[in-house]
Amino acid sequence: MVFDRRQFLKTGALAATALATPTFFHRAARAADSIQVGVLFSLTGGLSIIEKSLADATRMAIEEINAAGGVMGKPIDIVLEDGASDPKTYAEKASKLVIRDRVPTVFGSYTSASRKAVLPIFEKRNNLYFYPTYYEGYECSKNVVYTGAVPNQQLSNFIPWIIKNLGKKKFFIVGSNYIYPREMAKVCKILIEANGAEWIADEYLELGHSEWGSMVNKIKTSGCDVVLSNVVGDSVVAFYREFKNQGLSHDKLPICATVTSEIEIAAMGPEYAVGSYTSFPYFQAIDTDTNKAFIERYRKFVNDPKAVTHHALESSYFQVYLWKQAVEKAGEATPEAIREGVKGQEYDAPNGHVKVAPENLHTYLTPRIAQWGADGQGTIVDAYPEPVFPLPYVAYGETKENLFCTEKGLDVAKLKG
Amino acid sequence: MIDVLFIGLSLASILLLVALGLAITYGAMGVINMAHGELVMVGAYTTVMSGIWLKLGFLASIPIAFLVAAGLGWLIERLVVRWLYGRLLDTLLATWGVAILIQQAVRLEFGLSFLGIHVRGLGPGLQNVSVPGFLQGTFTIGDLGINTYRAFIILVTAALTVLTWFILYRTPIGMQVRAIIRNPKMAAACGIDVDRVNALTFAYGSGLAGIAGVMMSGFKTVFPDMGTSMVVDGFLVVVVGGVGSLAGSVLSAGLLGEINGLVASGTNDILARAVVFAVVILIIVLKPQGLFSYKGR
Repeated sequence: MVFDRRQFLKTGALAATALATPTFFHRAARAADSIQVGVLFSLTGGLSIIEKSLADATRMAIEEINAAGGVMGKPIDIVLEDGASDPKTYAEKASKLVIRDRVPTVFGSYTSASRKAVLPIFEKRNNLYFYPTYYEGYECSKNVVYTGAVPNQQLSNFIPWIIKNLGKKKFFIVGSNYIYPREMAKVCKILIEANGAEWIADEYLELGHSEWGSMVNKIKTSGCDVVLSNVVGDSVVAFYREFKNQGLSHDKLPICATVTSEIEIAAMGPEYAVGSYTSFPYFQAIDTDTNKAFIERYRKFVNDPKAVTHHALESSYFQVYLWKQAVEKAGEATPEAIREGVKGQEYDAPNGHVKVAPENLHTYLTPRIAQWGADGQGTIVDAYPEPVFPLPYVAYGETKENLFCTEKGLDVAKLKG
Repeated sequence: MIDVLFIGLSLASILLLVALGLAITYGAMGVINMAHGELVMVGAYTTVMSGIWLKLGFLASIPIAFLVAAGLGWLIERLVVRWLYGRLLDTLLATWGVAILIQQAVRLEFGLSFLGIHVRGLGPGLQNVSVPGFLQGTFTIGDLGINTYRAFIILVTAALTVLTWFILYRTPIGMQVRAIIRNPKMAAACGIDVDRVNALTFAYGSGLAGIAGVMMSGFKTVFPDMGTSMVVDGFLVVVVGGVGSLAGSVLSAGLLGEINGLVASGTNDILARAVVFAVVILIIVLKPQGLFSYKGR
């Protein structure tokens, strides 16, 4: 059969219409008897390495819920958008999800930069954003539910533990040069001083920079007995390697990190991290049946028998269940109803019991400390006896008795005083 | 103090390692090769892949990385750069495009990830290269602990520099290359096969980038974007040193490395980088041709 051009165009146009139509009707038809949610992570670009795993965990939770009968008998429909590792794209996609798709909730973001970019959209349209990553705090929004750790949930047990159990007195604080490590350093200093130790340096290296020669030499000559690392991203690998290559050992001078996770350990080679510590609410090594089953399901879902799970990934997973319970409690899927519903919501996550604090919409989490072994996995050496209340303004003196961020919003007077 | 100078020297050797290849492709051939950083990345991934698939050690992957990067460089020269000699800005744009292609090829596992096939050692994630035990840790001279791996890089860089010098100044093909640097048309008129020599020169420069990649993989993170920042530093060294001058590149790498090391130990790394850039600007303003320059004819 020979096509001439006109015929080709006609057939092509027909075929295109035929292909396009089902999706067109599909969305309109499904919308009535399903609940749509937005999922917004970077599926391309530099951050896609980690954000894709967060999107996978979110999708996995949604598929599990759908398989178990959905929310209030309705299936959840995912509108998946790509933030492309770029805060501006994040803002555009968030507007699209909130204004055009009119989803009542979006799950998304890994970096603070992308969260800050979408925040005004959710506040202006009074929509709801679920944010799964540990972050620096200093935020109080009634339009965001934060399910990752804030500084006090990574440090409030870590620093006293280092001082008491490891007997360390002189801290060298090192981080990447941007807001998260700098805020973490503030909290570190408060806690170090409160526990009767001292910090002798507070140094930064450019984000993404991987030349550690001078910094490690400084650590070596500074006379410190413990290094507190808030270094993030790909610099972590070069840092640990340089540390060992300059003859330092974690036995005498351990690196105690807040961000080094299973992913970075695998990339640097576990031999460079053996004996160092990290503080997170979740580790792949948590030895419970819930967690083991979770890891198994995740590996099956992404079709990779060696896939690694980590804190932000786990939060991405359980926050969908918190959302589901909130919708069911509220009885309707509107942002306001879900927000009221999510307050005080509890769930048994892979890391243990979690609860959304009604006051500031952050999440109670259990801080844990792990020591890295030769197999690239952590051994949990200390866990807080119970989930810790989240204090996003702890660097500015917030305590549980004196909250800066409450249901009424941020108390600016306290922040200044 | 000696430890600080050693770190400076180490920084210098790393700069020079990346710049050597560029000194040849940019300096000698007038091609702004933005894909140079990606060739470094290809070298690093060759180390990862030959470790996983061929079970070869770190050192054994050096010649392989040289051949792979040189081969890729040769292809780039034949397919793209060959058509652009004498059009400096066009080479910049074209090789930038090539750089993005190479990066995405690694990230998307040569497109296989669209089909759901995953190749170990490729993809968007961070890769792990294991370094032999005798290159880890330190050895001591007197009471000074020297970082073995950095000392190794310094040695490799020195060896490659000497080799490159030897090829350029003591072999017939080196003489042809130098003739082409001075005046390509006259060289052609004297019977030099400019086309062939250019292709070989480009391949050799690319191969050097491949070896640089092996060295980088031992102590920096291996991921698809790793080359991007290196190419900038490489150009700084070549431009400051003087385009087309090997001695200039060596000297400027030493200078920038030591300044970086000294300022970083006195203050911090962020300021050190700013100072390095300030020095570069100053040198370019005062000596637009770089520290060493020759008069073209």
